[in-house]
Amino acid sequence: MRPKTARLGGVLAAGVALTLGLAACGDGGTDAKPADGGSSAAAPSTVKIGFMGDLTGPNAGIVIPPRNGAKLVFDEYNKTNPAVKVELVEYDSQGDPSKAVALAQQAIKTDKVVGLLGPAFSGESAQVGPVLEEAQIPSISASATNTKLAENGWKFWHRVLPNDSVQGPGIADFIAGPVAAKNVFVIDDKSEYGKPLADAVRGQLATKGAKVTNDSLDPAESDYSSVVNKVAASKPDAIFFGGYYAAAGNLLKQLRDKGVKDAKFFSGDGSLDKGLIDGAGAANAEGALVGCPCYIATPDVTDAKVKGFADAYKAAYSADPAIYAAEGYDAATVFAEALKAGNTTPDKINAFIGTVDLAGVSKQVKFAPNGEVEAKDIYIYQVKNGAIALLGKATEAKLG
Amino acid sequence: MAFGSIYALIALGYTMVYGVLRLINFAHSEVFMIGTFGAMFVPFVLGINSALTGLALVGVIVLMILAGMLASAGTAIALEQIAYRPLRKRGASRLAALISAIGASIFLQELFALLVIPGVFNRPQQGRIQMALPRLMERTELFSIFGHSVRVDQVLVIVAAVGMMVALDALVNRTKIGRGIRATAQNPEAAVLMGVDINKIVRMTFLIGGGMAGVAGALYLISYENTSYIIGFLFGIKAFTAAVLGGIGNLRGALVGGVVLGLVENYGAIFFGSDWKHVISFTILVLVLMFRPTGILGESLQQARA
Repeated sequence: MRPKTARLGGVLAAGVALTLGLAACGDGGTDAKPADGGSSAAAPSTVKIGFMGDLTGPNAGIVIPPRNGAKLVFDEYNKTNPAVKVELVEYDSQGDPSKAVALAQQAIKTDKVVGLLGPAFSGESAQVGPVLEEAQIPSISASATNTKLAENGWKFWHRVLPNDSVQGPGIADFIAGPVAAKNVFVIDDKSEYGKPLADAVRGQLATKGAKVTNDSLDPAESDYSSVVNKVAASKPDAIFFGGYYAAAGNLLKQLRDKGVKDAKFFSGDGSLDKGLIDGAGAANAEGALVGCPCYIATPDVTDAKVKGFADAYKAAYSADPAIYAAEGYDAATVFAEALKAGNTTPDKINAFIGTVDLAGVSKQVKFAPNGEVEAKDIYIYQVKNGAIALLGKATEAKLG
Repeated sequence: MAFGSIYALIALGYTMVYGVLRLINFAHSEVFMIGTFGAMFVPFVLGINSALTGLALVGVIVLMILAGMLASAGTAIALEQIAYRPLRKRGASRLAALISAIGASIFLQELFALLVIPGVFNRPQQGRIQMALPRLMERTELFSIFGHSVRVDQVLVIVAAVGMMVALDALVNRTKIGRGIRATAQNPEAAVLMGVDINKIVRMTFLIGGGMAGVAGALYLISYENTSYIIGFLFGIKAFTAAVLGGIGNLRGALVGGVVLGLVENYGAIFFGSDWKHVISFTILVLVLMFRPTGILGESLQQARA
């Protein structure tokens, strides 16, 4: 009995010591901050801007390029030695809405960010939006495409890309037009992103007179044989999947293994990552088509601004710009321009965002009052020789 | 069928541990997950990136199964030593062991996502991204039944799984170790009096259960060519369901339960749509348990039939 009590006492003592230690640290921290902030309260020399998204989670491939793009802007901006520097604070939500809300609160209350890039995905955006709205922190997402996000009457929320009700029909028009598919099988992953996108594709295909068959799958699973069997039975000309690349790669592989060889495979922006090719295997992925409201600079691009961005990106990250890198760059540029114009508080920055009209790398950046960007181009990409290549705008692209 | 046999292999681990310790080892799903990564390690180290044929293919598959078994069995033993044995020694309640199992399960998932996958497989910051296995074997169609084609890899999974289960059945029914396991399951106190070393038996149980999960991991990987740190969760739940369906504590029951669950899921999904897959399998589970609370083959290791 005695040794046990002694040990318990020891544990307690250690615990108390630790708590005290932590408390001491905490005190030190809070003491230091007001002192620092107080001296420069009139004109802060550094402001914090957050980047929130799935940085290490299962779909990080879609979020790391815009993070890199944004970082590029702030690094360039800080190098010009401005009066107010920017510190980019990263919030890794892993795409999980519940984590995102906690992180948003941390960003607002502890870190006192003046603006937020992201959240990257639609699901987390839906949850974080009201929190940012209440705290009056402006945000610009470089990749959340759910249409409903713009219908909440949020004043501080923006996105630098067209939504799913533009993306879905854009892809559907391409499927029904240049691809001339009459029998299309549309699958979604039941997520806040995948389902509405697939529904938009379904709706538009129906107006074009194509026969549409539906099913959905659970991306947490790995065996899609029930869906795959249905697809094989319906012998479609084209298949559309609304979901992220991890599931898309898997689905594509299982479809091709099942003998569904000739049907064209389409997906949306969530699948525009080389993870699609890794997951499906290079041979299976060859020829797969992906629509995206994003613009990825191709090596043969001549526009000086786009080329300059692509070169700087490659120099910094030794990789070609990928999905939403240009959008991340543009979103961050908006914040950088706001600071250059002397706006350092969240409400001033937000007012500036409302008036912005600048030539970005991906598009002309100008926001409507509901936060949507005014440019509405959708691009079509295709897997060629194991890499993703740009075919062109959905309205102009031809199958090569 | 192929999926059902993977469920069955994992279910064996649940059933055996339950039979001997009356403990539902919820960390068993991570034992399976680690098995897939153990198997993944072989082609990763050998640097294989194109389909193999003949002896090389057989060699790699055997190596993968062995590596999967090694990784899983090692994990299972470690789990038993670290998470369960100290509790058992102090006579803690089964609830404590159950919670310890859930804790160990989450610990292992995060350990893999944060350290093992980025470190061992050279994927900085990408531990949570699904990891794909390059194609090892060409998937030629062998024959077709009722319009469903049967491929080489599916046959491999079923044959290997059935082989392992027959071997396990023989082990439990015919060997000295097997007798020890059955004795412990039936009455631990009496078994001790008869000279059975309970700790050794428990370790053997975890070793065998883990080994089976490792085989399941390797077979899954060969068949579906991808894995991730959370792969165990759904499989664990499904295999546990299979074990309960067949009558938990009953080895042959686990086999039947796994296959039944695999078939019900797939045919159910065809008839009612994939959305309803889980609803169907769990409705069947509830129905079976309502009418036969002990499962389809409702007798347990306790009745010494293994």
